[in-house]
Amino acid sequence: MSYQYNIGCSLNNLKGVREFIRNSLKGQGVSELEMGAIVLALDEMCSNLMIHAHHCNPDHKISMNIHIPGHQQFVFEIIDDGSMFDINQYQEQELDSLVHEKRKGGLGIRLVKSIMDKVEYLREDGKNICRLTKTI
Amino acid sequence: MVHIKRLQEEGADIIVIIGEIDASSSIELDLAIAKSVGDGYRKILVDCNGLEYISSAGLGVFMSYIEELKDKKVYLVLFGLKERVLNTFSILGLADLLNIRETKSDAKKLADELSV
Repeated sequence: MSYQYNIGCSLNNLKGVREFIRNSLKGQGVSELEMGAIVLALDEMCSNLMIHAHHCNPDHKISMNIHIPGHQQFVFEIIDDGSMFDINQYQEQELDSLVHEKRKGGLGIRLVKSIMDKVEYLREDGKNICRLTKTI
Repeated sequence: MVHIKRLQEEGADIIVIIGEIDASSSIELDLAIAKSVGDGYRKILVDCNGLEYISSAGLGVFMSYIEELKDKKVYLVLFGLKERVLNTFSILGLADLLNIRETKSDAKKLADELSV
């Protein structure tokens, strides 16, 4: 089974992204806590992309695909044509130092890495594909 | 979309959050806490009974105040978090760095004890 959702890069559209994910995963045996974590990780990826690669320009579009290849196996793809930022190359700061520096940011990537099993980047037909996989 | 209101009860400022806090709405939480601190409250209770969702943008707001509140001897206690919301705080260990209680009366009690 697979689902697709196209989004303009406005942070006001994040709510719609979350609803799309919840609706797509409904009936797939995902607990409320797991659902919450998956929705959170994908929200973080989309908001990062909207802010950093697309400067919140609502005319820029990103797509999200959800594939369910097997029981409780999920593949999420976020596709865009902005500049690519590989979170695997990003070294997160320790929580203590973020607190000490009174930072508001720096938590999103850490959440994504904690929640998802794997995050990969591909380039196809001039587009960036960020593929996140999660097996429950 | 989030709706945030403030009310005062027995010397404490209560920030009531209703709705979802994400990258589009975290600024409203930030402003509410800033105003509460600016008004000189030493006990700030955050009512999360109506908080349906929080992303890292919202977590980051709470995180960014930890040091400032410590310096100013302001005690902020969150209460009424739904399990899935509390889980978001717990994934990164932020729940251990914040004061979190189940009920308003427990939150009030903790703020009273800390501010003595």
